[in-house]
This record gives sequence, structure tokens and C-alpha cells, in this order.
Amino acid sequence: MMQMTGAQLMVRLLERQGVRTVAGIPGGAILPFYDALSGSEHIHHVLARHEQGAGFIAQGMARVSGAPQVCIASSGPGATNLVTAIADACLDSIPMVVITGQVPQAMIGTDAFQEVDIYGITVPITKHNFLVRSAQELLEVVPEAFRIAMSGRPGPVLIDVPKDVQNQLVTVAEFPAPAVADPAPQLDLEAVELAAKMINEAERPVLYLGGGVVASGAAPLAVQLAEQAGLPTTMTLMALGAMPMDHPLSIGMLGMHGARYTNFVLEEADVLVCVGARFDDRAIGRAAQFCPNARIVHIDIDRSELHKIKNAHVAIHANVKCALEALLPRLQATLRKRWLSHVDSLKMRFPMQFPGQDDPRTHYGLVHAVAAALDDRAIVATDVGQHQMWVAQAYPFRRARQWLTSGGLGTMGFGLPTAIGAALAEPDRTVICFTGDGSFKMNIQELATLAEEGLNVKIVLMNNNALGLVYQQQTLFYGQRLFASKYRTEPDFVKIAEGFGVPAVDLDLADNPRAALAEALHRPGPCLIHATIDREQFVYPMVPPGAANTEMIGG
Amino acid sequence: MIEQVSDPLPQAGYAKVVLELDVNNHPGVMSHICNLFARRAFNVEGILCMPVSDGTRSRIWLLVFDDQRLEQMVRQLEKLEDVLNVRRHGAEHEVFERLEGFFH
Repeated sequence: MMQMTGAQLMVRLLERQGVRTVAGIPGGAILPFYDALSGSEHIHHVLARHEQGAGFIAQGMARVSGAPQVCIASSGPGATNLVTAIADACLDSIPMVVITGQVPQAMIGTDAFQEVDIYGITVPITKHNFLVRSAQELLEVVPEAFRIAMSGRPGPVLIDVPKDVQNQLVTVAEFPAPAVADPAPQLDLEAVELAAKMINEAERPVLYLGGGVVASGAAPLAVQLAEQAGLPTTMTLMALGAMPMDHPLSIGMLGMHGARYTNFVLEEADVLVCVGARFDDRAIGRAAQFCPNARIVHIDIDRSELHKIKNAHVAIHANVKCALEALLPRLQATLRKRWLSHVDSLKMRFPMQFPGQDDPRTHYGLVHAVAAALDDRAIVATDVGQHQMWVAQAYPFRRARQWLTSGGLGTMGFGLPTAIGAALAEPDRTVICFTGDGSFKMNIQELATLAEEGLNVKIVLMNNNALGLVYQQQTLFYGQRLFASKYRTEPDFVKIAEGFGVPAVDLDLADNPRAALAEALHRPGPCLIHATIDREQFVYPMVPPGAANTEMIGG
Repeated sequence: MIEQVSDPLPQAGYAKVVLELDVNNHPGVMSHICNLFARRAFNVEGILCMPVSDGTRSRIWLLVFDDQRLEQMVRQLEKLEDVLNVRRHGAEHEVFERLEGFFH
């Protein structure tokens, strides 16, 4: 029998779950937990500068490791500041356990100082959430939160713990076993047979990979599937890296900013094999006109994704890895010469174009120069906007979990803290954070966290002193009525970084920007690399919002 | 070009169905369920909830329209941790009918 406080019990349960790094910010209602955490010999606490930063640091760790990671905030504003990071994790299916302090139970419902109903607020943006009512309950709730976060389709789980519960004494006879993920759903072998038959008989099949391939660790199997069955393969934004970008069967990213040929190949498909993707509107454009001639095989761990946007002819509710393992031996090895040579000819006629790619002072040139200076071990995080799409189009991703981006929610401010999280989880790798000046300013305070932790994060700031994607849309779709998309003042980002204790390099001033870039990338520790880019350069091709994918403009 | 905004789906004209849910009984379960319907823009015509047996479980009855999104809503309901199972009944189910007297 052991007696301890609820706070001490939480720390023990986190330790037993294998949690080694957490990010957060203390405050009144979470102080008992922080007091207990200070006694932990196993858990390293990273002090963020804004709770949203803590949320994305946890996401960064989770995105590279695949295991649920923890962030912590106090009640009230601490908790509400986490909301964006939680919603982001929910939309991108990232496993995360969020711990918030709450006012003592006796004060709940009285509009107490820093009281907010974070349980109610997070209902629509979590897989599940808990308001803990006794220290005893923690024995069940904490492992349950981890189990839910990592089972099936991963996602965030919130545990709201009133201060009196953290202080309450509890007698523990035995600690619960650390949580493990639920077993995968029973595979419907009949459906797998049907899918195999459909693929074997197809003339113009296309493989469409989504984030579920990365989440289930099935990227090598997906590549094997493509090779065995001769399937041209497109990836969603979330799946980039699942198949190497330079693989002969890769047709790159589909959708709003995909290459013309990619969307044209999809247009002609007679069978579409969708694996761990969810027919998101940015990927498929107008749903009714997406792959109009294709019969659809859809494999997903989340049953509610099947038939949600497009009716599948064969729907397989399964862990992607299990489904692919069962599918592979049933597929004929096929060269599919005619279809693949047609795909190649579309690629030749409507290729992805990278104007200026040899000049590191252009957007594509900068992305290429960064890639050229690094190997596949590097991790690449981005913020959200034009730079994100340029990197998605141009960076040669070659492995799963190499690429961290905010896909579903599209959160500006995601990049820097997520890169910090990635570097905490994998300190031996170089982590690149491509960002834009708009996004960077949204979590710029995390430069302090970065300096403090001394991590190997290189921020590549593509500065056009504008909200570039807004500027682009106003130019293209709103009669060039540019409003609230250009900044009237421009901060000195080099000074800002140096002010936070992060070394900075300004490529604008470098005689040889390529050499200055490589030198900055190879110097250990954090660094800001600043580069001005042309505001009049847009992301092309572009499918206008609401249009079909074949109605691309530009590129 | 302006983004397409889908029209609200007209639900009148669809038959009604009754959903019977077994759920864990704790504060917050109702908010999970009502929130799910609200955020997915699916109307609930009637709702009834009472604890059953020893009070660890509740039963919830929902009166909804049988439109093309019902299957999706049921699948979403089944994903909720506190929803143990969902059964579907036709409109002839009398649970709401017998309550009519309280509303007229």
C-alpha cells in the first residue's frame, strides 16, 4: 500500500507509461502537479512560452515518434491557449494527452478566477475527454487516456484535473498496467479478396495514400504494393514521404496545389485504391468530379470515413498495415506497361514546374538548396501558407515521418514549436522549420524555448512581408482588391532571433547565399536563416476553391 | 470564384427513426452526444435520457430523420467512447408517441 497525492500519482502513471519529455506552462490550478513533477527523475519538462507552443511541441514529438505525447497547462487561459493545438492534433490524427489544471471542485460553476469549462470546450476537438472527480479515478483515467489516444485512429485526449483532486491523498495498492493500443479490427477477408480482384482486373488503377499509411507504419508495404501491382501512386499532404518522391511510380501530391499531370492521371483512373486517406476537399476538389470513372477501394481504420464523401465499391475497415499485408499476396505482379507509359506521357506534357529552382534567392531555389545541403535523415517541419505548399511540391521527401505539417486545420504558428518537439524526440537529427513571416510571428516567442534547449533546429524564413496565400487569393479571385494582406511595417527578424539568443544568418546580405545557407545548416544548434522572397510569386498550379481538380490555373 | 457553401439539407419529408443508445452514465455524456449532432449539422427532433439499473449506465432515445446522412451519424455515434451501442428502430416505436400527452 502506498499513499500519495493525486498529483504524485499522475506523475508516476506518466513515468510508467514511458513518458520522458513533456511540455507545458505552470499556473495556479496545476501547481500541485508541477510540484510533484519537480521530483521526477525520469521526466524532462520543457517550459514553453505560450501554451499553444507547448501543445505543438508535444505534437512534434508525437509526429516523429508515433507515440502519444503530453502537454500541460493551467486552468482558464492556460487551457484555452491549448485549444488550437488540440484541434490541430484532432484533424491530423496525432496522438496526444493533454493535462489541464482546473479550479477546485467546490468552485466549479461559480465563475471562479481562471475558471473555464475546458471539458465542454474540447468536446468537439478531442477523441475523448475527462473531468476527473477524485484522485482514485486517476488510476483508471490516465491509462485510459493513453489507450484512447493511440488506439484505432489516433487523436488527442484531454484530462482536466481540479486542484483539490491533485492534492487529495489516495492509497494505491497496485499501479495499473501501462496502456497499450487496442487490437486492430477483425479483417474482412472477403472484402480484401474483392479489392484484390478489382486491382488485378483494373486497366488504369491509381494508388492514393493518406496519413493513415504513416500512422500505421505501413509506408514500406504501400511501396511494395505499388511496385507489385504496377500502381502509379499519389500522396496527400499528410502522406508525403510514404513513397520516395523520386520513386518511378510516384506521381506526387494530388489536389489543390498538386501537379497538373497528377490530377489528370486521377481523372483517367478506372480503379482508385485509397489507403488511409479521407477524400479531404483540398485533396479531391469538387467531390462529384473527382475520379469520375473510377471504382473505389477504400481502406481506413475509422469506419465513419468509409462512404463519407465518396461511396466505396469495396470498403475495408482495417488497420492499414494489416489490410496491406493481407492484400499483397493476392495481387498479381503486373508491369502495366501501357498505363504506366501513358502516365509518363502525361507527366512529360504537364510536369510540375519549378521556375527559378537553380537560384537560391527564389522560393523553389531556396527549398532545393536546403534539400541539397541535407540528407534524408533531416526532418522538415513547416508553417502554413505559400512556403508550406512550395516545400510540399519541391522537397524530395524519401521517408515516412520526415515531414511534419499542419494538414487539416492549417494552423499558422505550427512550425517552430513542432520543430522543437521533433528535435526533442530525435536530438541527433537536423530539424528544418520552413516558415513564412506571417506564420513565424504567430509563435515567435518559442525562440526563447529553442534557445534554452539549444536544439538543432534551423528556421528557414521565407519573408515576403505579407500573408502570401491571402494576397494570392485576393489577387486571383477577388479582383485584386488587396486588403489586410500586406504588412505596412517589417520587423528585423535577424535582430529578433539574436535578441532571443538564437544565431541568425541573412541570406539577402550573403555574397554566396548557397554557401552561407549550407554553412548555417551544418553548424550545430539553433539558427534562423532569413531570406526575402518575391511577393508576386504565387503557388501554382492552383485549383480554385470549390472547383474540380482538373480546372487548375497556372503551372 | 467564391467557395461553395453547401445548402442546408432539407430534412422534412424524410421518415423519422428512433435511435436507442446505451451509454455510460456520468455528467458530460449528454454534451458529447448533443454536440456531435450539432456540429455535424444534423437535427435531433426529440431526446430522452434516463439512468438504468444501478445508475452506471443510461439509455438515450433520439428521434431523428432518416436522411442520407443517418448512417454517417450512427457511425460517428459509435465512435464516442461513452456510447456502448446504438440500435435503430422505425418510426412506429412508441417511446416518443407515449410522451406526446405531455406536449399537447
